[in-house]
Amino acid sequence: MVPALDVRDLRVHFLLDEGTVRAVDGVSFSVEPGKTLGIVGESGSGKSVIGQSILRIVPSPGKIVRGEILLRMENGQGEPTQLDMAQIESHGRLARSIRGKEIAMIFQEPMNSFSPVHTVGSQIVEALRLHADVSPQEARNRTVEMLKKVGIPQPEHRIGAYPHELSGGMRQRAMIAMALVCNPRILIADEPTTALDVTIQAQIIDLLKKLQEEFGMAILFISHNLGVISEISHEVLVVYFGRVMEHAPVDVLFREALHPYTKALLRSVPGIDTPVRSHLATIEGTLPDPYANIPGCPFFGRCMECEGRTVCRDDPYSLTKVGPRHFVACPRICVADFA
Amino acid sequence: MLAYIIRRMLIMIPTLIAISIISFTIIQLPPGDFLTTYVAQLSASGEGIDQAELDALRHRFGLDQPIYVQYFQWVWNFVRGDFGHSFEWNKPVRSLIGERIALTILISTCTLLFTWIVSLPIGIYSAVRQYSWMDYFLTFFGFIGLATPNFLFALILLWFSYAYLGMSIGGLFSPQFIEAPWSFAKFIDLLKHLWIPVLIVGTGHTAKFIRIIRGNLLDELKKPYVTTARAKGLSETKLILKYPVRVAINPLVSTIGWTLPELISGIAITAVVLNLPTSGPLLLSALMSQDMHLAGSFIMILSILTVIGTLISDILLAWVDPRIRFGARESA
Ligand SMILES: Nc1ncnc2c1ncn2[C@@H]1O[C@H](COP(=O)(O)OP(=O)(O)OP(=O)(O)O)[C@@H](O)[C@H]1O
Ligand SMILES: [Mg+2]
Repeated sequence: MVPALDVRDLRVHFLLDEGTVRAVDGVSFSVEPGKTLGIVGESGSGKSVIGQSILRIVPSPGKIVRGEILLRMENGQGEPTQLDMAQIESHGRLARSIRGKEIAMIFQEPMNSFSPVHTVGSQIVEALRLHADVSPQEARNRTVEMLKKVGIPQPEHRIGAYPHELSGGMRQRAMIAMALVCNPRILIADEPTTALDVTIQAQIIDLLKKLQEEFGMAILFISHNLGVISEISHEVLVVYFGRVMEHAPVDVLFREALHPYTKALLRSVPGIDTPVRSHLATIEGTLPDPYANIPGCPFFGRCMECEGRTVCRDDPYSLTKVGPRHFVACPRICVADFA
Repeated sequence: MLAYIIRRMLIMIPTLIAISIISFTIIQLPPGDFLTTYVAQLSASGEGIDQAELDALRHRFGLDQPIYVQYFQWVWNFVRGDFGHSFEWNKPVRSLIGERIALTILISTCTLLFTWIVSLPIGIYSAVRQYSWMDYFLTFFGFIGLATPNFLFALILLWFSYAYLGMSIGGLFSPQFIEAPWSFAKFIDLLKHLWIPVLIVGTGHTAKFIRIIRGNLLDELKKPYVTTARAKGLSETKLILKYPVRVAINPLVSTIGWTLPELISGIAITAVVLNLPTSGPLLLSALMSQDMHLAGSFIMILSILTVIGTLISDILLAWVDPRIRFGARESA
């Protein structure tokens, strides 16, 4: 089966005066319709840039320097074809007809993700009318219906509300309504719950799961919180410094994570049985200098398990299959003559 | 919205009262009253006036009344459109200032339009193409425009057009139209002269507006709602004009109120250099010759215009920015 989205060896670099930031440096994954891929990693690991490149809205001076972003399309006869998003003109008509229609995105900040001087309803109607040939009245009706689906009370009334009149949770629901109003096949959710408090977080995740069942879209769920990721994802991609460290189905990852970085992330998730005041493990050290070009394992230096063995630093990065759908990039596990 | 406008208009009332008191005080400031000046003028020219006649005059103008009665009398006359008498010109103030104030308003309005029309596209271009050579070029000229005082610009333009184009650009009308009654030809002639003061007074403001628009827009372009609009599939031009530009010009709308007095005083200086029949030079001479009814009325009218300008810009701002509109409703 052709996946909804198939990303192969994606590399996105920012060519700055100070040097090159390899924000995404050889990332591959695919996601099936109706499934959710969680992308997890610390701040600055390149998660957002992955999402932006799929939509082709990477801010300049970011460039896709290599790789394919294959989007499943239907041709006239109902047979699937693939369109390489990496090859098309980012401001062109084709890209614009895909953005919002085939691939939609929701963002972290429910506060500023809507224009403050336009009503929420008009911004949703605009998204719909951009891609569907509908009358203003029809667009309004469908917007009201969508607002109802995402659980906004009194949608006929709230359609005329300005963003500042809605609570954070309501705004994020409205964001979801805007993203799904054109019935996209892929939804990229970039930290959609990070700015919300825990109960609202759970509500939004339940909502996304419910809508996924109803609409069958594939979801890329980006978060730095493995706990949140585990709630919604079928598979998880652990990224660090623009590279995939580990890629596994969610149950496998939580049962038998192999990469020391994944294990460190897992240790930093508060469990239900963690005493409230106990000290959560944090990962020692910080991300490497973003301008650095590291051939080996980027986690070298922060890793608790390699004990400074130079093979970790020197062995070129590669992702190795260790189980049916389980991949890991750790020389300690993958290099045969690891000493 | 209506409640906001009404509330805003009620706030104007105490402001206007304060302004009227200040204007009246200015009229009363010189020692004696205007009959003293009148008598002095008469005796200087060798004529006399007897006490009975003087008292009659005094009574006719209400000068024998207590000061607060005079104030209310003056305000009442003002409201009815009677601005008093100019002694320097020996004419009713109203006939002196009507056309001049109209011309001042005309120049201010044109300058404001000029400022917006020129600065908006340039500001947007500079922000969207930040650090392009065109941005640097426009920034450079913007700073020159900002740094050149109006009177200097006016002098340079006068000299240039006289020396190289062989024409005088002073005044607002060609000689044959100055005394002529209003006609379409006179109006066209006015338009031919109008661009010069508009250019001179408007340049500094345009340069300032370009800087403000560019700065605001650069901030707004980084906001997440721009990315949201882009992710929807809007074209770049459309989304920039519809979203960040709309938000970026809001603060400028609120400046209309205080640009008006700035423009009026800018026009005053330019008008002296260019010999324009606007309010500025007349006000200046009225102040210097202590022609206090004239000066007081001028100050009063220009202040009222400023207050009205502020009102208009506040209403505009509430209209374009729902956050202000709703904030007002909540606190009302
Ligand atoms: N517009 C930009 N200009 C320059 N560098 C950028 C830009 N956007 C991202 N980067 C760089 O790309 C790298 C990855 O950034 P990205 O925003 O994808 O991180 P992230 O994983 O989403 O982090 P967070 O959890 O903080 O959102 C960072 O090193 C960042 O400095
Ligand atoms: Mg991010």
